[in-house]
Amino acid sequence: MQRPRFTGKVALVTGAARGQGRSHAVRLAAEGADVIVCDLGADIDTVPYALGTEDELRETASLVAEQGRRAVVCRCDVRSTADLSAAVERGLDELGRIDVVVANAGIAGVSTLAEMSDDVWQNMIDVNLTGVFKTLRAVVPHMVSRRYGRIVATSSIVGRQGSANIGHYVAAKWGVIGLVKSLAVEVAEFGVTVNAVLPTSVDSDMIQNDAFHRLFLPDADEIRMRDVEDAYTALNPIPVPWLSPGDVSDAVLFLASDEARFITGDALPVALGWNARMAA
Amino acid sequence: MRFEDRVVLITGGARGQGRSHAERFAAEGARVAVCDIASESLETVAYPLASRAELESAAELALQADVRSAEEMERVVAAVLERFGKLDVLVCNAGICTFGPLAGMSSELWQTTIDVNLNGVFNAVRAAAPEMISQGYGRIVATASMAGRAGWENIGHYAASKWGVIGLIKSLALEVAPHGVTANVVAPSSVNTRMMHNDAAYKLFRPDLENPTREDALPAFTSVNLIPEPYAEPGDISDAVLFLASDEARFITGAVLSPSMGLSASNV
Repeated sequence: MQRPRFTGKVALVTGAARGQGRSHAVRLAAEGADVIVCDLGADIDTVPYALGTEDELRETASLVAEQGRRAVVCRCDVRSTADLSAAVERGLDELGRIDVVVANAGIAGVSTLAEMSDDVWQNMIDVNLTGVFKTLRAVVPHMVSRRYGRIVATSSIVGRQGSANIGHYVAAKWGVIGLVKSLAVEVAEFGVTVNAVLPTSVDSDMIQNDAFHRLFLPDADEIRMRDVEDAYTALNPIPVPWLSPGDVSDAVLFLASDEARFITGDALPVALGWNARMAA
Repeated sequence: MRFEDRVVLITGGARGQGRSHAERFAAEGARVAVCDIASESLETVAYPLASRAELESAAELALQADVRSAEEMERVVAAVLERFGKLDVLVCNAGICTFGPLAGMSSELWQTTIDVNLNGVFNAVRAAAPEMISQGYGRIVATASMAGRAGWENIGHYAASKWGVIGLIKSLALEVAPHGVTANVVAPSSVNTRMMHNDAAYKLFRPDLENPTREDALPAFTSVNLIPEPYAEPGDISDAVLFLASDEARFITGAVLSPSMGLSASNV
């Protein structure tokens, strides 16, 4: 394997202000890519934890610059076709091309389906599923015209199973896999590959918040981190509580590299073995 | 170099995909052992298997062994441990492919395929896993096929063996996960090896012709894949195997990765 793997390439990463998205952006830069870093940079009222901020997005750009690469910063709502078109246009203007897209932006929330409000459902589908569609739609024509592209979308290991209390998230993540596989069929002949990564829980604000801690320890008077860790660890065949963002970056960069040129329409679980009990 | 000081054992390592894996692991710093039946022919297989000369040039430790024999696989693992003192990575790559409809398939044709492709993986895993568990580290990668995810006419025995490999590896993954050992599968479609380049394979893809040639078969090979190429090169499969065997995949286990030119897009 030749490293760096992304010399001269340009990547676009959504949800790049922090967490997995920041890790992907910095790791791509460390292997030679210039990066268009996109994030909403604001909260969404149905999401029970603070989302990435504009300052955090600028911090990601600084970390890309520290790798000696260029960063283009885009405040961008993946629910907005206009925002995504503008991000792609600016990226092409300033960096000349887009070789890699990581559709990473996503939110989480907690509710049973029976008690879920329209807003909670709709925001989830809009961000986690339609947001991926709009991200890919914005960049695919460019990739097809250049006969080269690597697209990686973040689904989840619950995109392959049912799970209580996060049914909207589960539905969106199943949808991402269907979307990715269908796009893979449509663009395979044009040198563009499309794959999904399926992480289990990742140590980020998405799970490190009171709503999620309560989900795991519904009867606790006070939440102790040690108890949260134990509850998460009990889920996983590999006995660790959660992944770090860099563990997911390892898989994303592999799928975005030329080492994976003949892998498309695939869904790669980074899931501490959960998937061993599943059909795929 | 991702495999400095790692010890790797590859079954079916004398030629084709296995040999490519051996060369790539060695290039990234590993000490590599291969085993191979290296017997030129197996009665039911329509193409010649690897030769002794091919085996002996494949890796620093090259052992003639038949994956169908539990005793021989125990002997291979013992030889690896004696030579290198440990075993970090096992690649279960040995496999054969023969052709024929299930109705009327001879017991021998069925049994040889199951013995090599499925029991062979079990024999290698059973010989190697205890050492990996006791050392608290191991990476197992087995080669299945997209025929392990779908039905396929005229290779029903092969498809059954490859579905079996996926079930075996997923179960193994659960059993060894607490011990620092991962177990994963690569599921290629066609690969540019002698398994594809023989008259029986050409005939499988071009049943309309009496005696199809390589040139006749190439467009038919391509027509199966979404990415318009007739087959992957062995090195493409090595890319996937080495990723799964590397520490970049330390939290990936029980997974199936498909360098299959898009066949996985029309599957689960």
